[in-house]
Amino acid sequence: MPSALSMPRHTKSGSMILLVAGALAMSACASKAPKELPPEPGPARTTTTPDSGQGLGARPGSQADFAAQMMGDDTIYFDTDKYDVDAVDQQALAKQAQWLLTYPNKMATIEGHADERGTREYNLALGERRANSAKNYLISLGVAANRLTTISYGKERPVALGSNEQAWAQNRRAVTVTID
Amino acid sequence: MKTLSALALGLLLCASGPALAQTVPDPAAPAPQASDGLEVTVSDDSEWQDLGIAITTFATDADVPTQTTAGSTGQLGQAIAQVVAGDLKNNGLFKPSGPAGLPRPTFPEVQAPNFPLWSTGGTDMLVQGYVHANGDGTLTVGCYLYDVALKQQLTKGGWKVGPADWRRAGHKCADLVYARLSGESPFFDSKIAYIAETGPKDHRMKRLAIMDSDGANHRYLTSGQAMALTPRYSPDYSKILYLSYLNGQPSVYAYDLASNSQKLIFRTTNPTMAPRWSPDGKWVLFSMSQGGRTDIYRVSSAGGGTPQRLTNGPGINIGGSYSPDGSKIVFESDRSGSQQIYVMNADGSNQQRISFFGGRSATPEWSPRGDLIAFTHIAGNLRVAVMSPSGQNMRYLTNSWQDEAPTWSPNGRIVQFFRTEKGSGVASIWQVDLTGRNERKLPTPVGASDPAWGPIRP
Repeated sequence: MPSALSMPRHTKSGSMILLVAGALAMSACASKAPKELPPEPGPARTTTTPDSGQGLGARPGSQADFAAQMMGDDTIYFDTDKYDVDAVDQQALAKQAQWLLTYPNKMATIEGHADERGTREYNLALGERRANSAKNYLISLGVAANRLTTISYGKERPVALGSNEQAWAQNRRAVTVTID
Repeated sequence: MKTLSALALGLLLCASGPALAQTVPDPAAPAPQASDGLEVTVSDDSEWQDLGIAITTFATDADVPTQTTAGSTGQLGQAIAQVVAGDLKNNGLFKPSGPAGLPRPTFPEVQAPNFPLWSTGGTDMLVQGYVHANGDGTLTVGCYLYDVALKQQLTKGGWKVGPADWRRAGHKCADLVYARLSGESPFFDSKIAYIAETGPKDHRMKRLAIMDSDGANHRYLTSGQAMALTPRYSPDYSKILYLSYLNGQPSVYAYDLASNSQKLIFRTTNPTMAPRWSPDGKWVLFSMSQGGRTDIYRVSSAGGGTPQRLTNGPGINIGGSYSPDGSKIVFESDRSGSQQIYVMNADGSNQQRISFFGGRSATPEWSPRGDLIAFTHIAGNLRVAVMSPSGQNMRYLTNSWQDEAPTWSPNGRIVQFFRTEKGSGVASIWQVDLTGRNERKLPTPVGASDPAWGPIRP
């Protein structure tokens, strides 16, 4: 597995890619659920061993690769109190499904979240329902049900820290995280 | 006066024996219902604040060292009086004075007050007491309430407490005074389980914690490695039900306070949440999500057995709070399209919506008196409100950006909830009386949410 990482090509495009990878890693961080043990997309790795291979520096089939390939589409967003998968979400989930079908041994967890403007327990159930919506859609696209689990964090793990409509919209989400 | 001297006699004997007839469990304050004058229901507390209650430093027969954190019996006398004054003043019920700045009764005066001294200073009620160190390290604390104008003793109590429990004597005394003057049941000698919160909004650490009703004797029960939420004290204080993300799987555990160990209430791969006790402690309600749906189940608190599902969708059915007699359960459901409050029989039959106020209604909690249901009303802001068990007479108790999750004082006169600050998301625990006018923040060492008020301590 380190072979792909340990083969820098020409420095110039390498550093270009490094920048892009860094930006992607940051945007991925911004829209991804902070977890107990956040997967390290590896800024350290990309800085020392940039490569131009698949996944923009991440090992193909890894969570880092998934996050990089999805370019934000590892997350889908919901309206207040809603849990339905709309057209935009369907595109994102289709992209996720494609990746998951490419790596049929990968398991994934879908993390459901709610914004802060609801009561704690209901938001836990709502997050679960949102995660389940995403899961069902992935299953409908051919991803085996036994590869997908769900977990709800309710309103406990916001990504956007403000108390305004924009922040709440970012926090009403379901994030797919593959398990390395 | 006869019982008084019996008590005085007991006091003299108590160095060699188990002190007063009344020891810790029950100060024999049985039903201070009927008697002279002061029978008022505290539905409006404003007039109570005009009642001058002097709480004096408790006297001692001998100022000797104790094993308490407060110091000698003399120092303890002051500390206990401070606990009494703190209890009575912090709930907006009375405006007590003392112990600082008041004359200090001598030991003999405790049972024979110097009424002329007090009748000149606008004092209507007088609280006096004593502390006596027993040979075995325990303490005997006496508490007396006098009506200054009538020159009469209204009630008294005495308790034997261990050194670690000295504050309880103060809470017992405050309960005695409160119950006698208000005609209500006591509530100060009780504990609160809650979630202690530290760290930034997106990585907040949440730990299970407990404290006395006044915030003292604070203690963390979990380390914070696994997120803890929504605790509930068992009616006998032996256990706490709560939600833990231990092993990355949100599940309801019963935490045993004697052994500091915990058990899953039901083993499943589905997430379980929103635990509640039945009033007799025999049943546990919990909610379980499956395929996006959430339903309420009941299982024996003894463990084992197949949980019985009480709701059958659609959507999210969650929470639940028993009526005091255990016959009904009030819960929350979004089967109508938004969170609303429903009542059902304890076996799940006859489910009926009771909240029709516009907006959303959530987290219902049945008062231990049975007369009211407290809940969170969501219409933009989140506010704590009460209504009758049939959904009538809804009124707000708070008006802030985000107040949620009410829990009742053991006597059903105070509602406790948590308030979240806009922006920072910092949470704190508050109490409000049923008029909604007297609000106070509970002192907690760090951020605090999900309060659960236990019953009067056994």
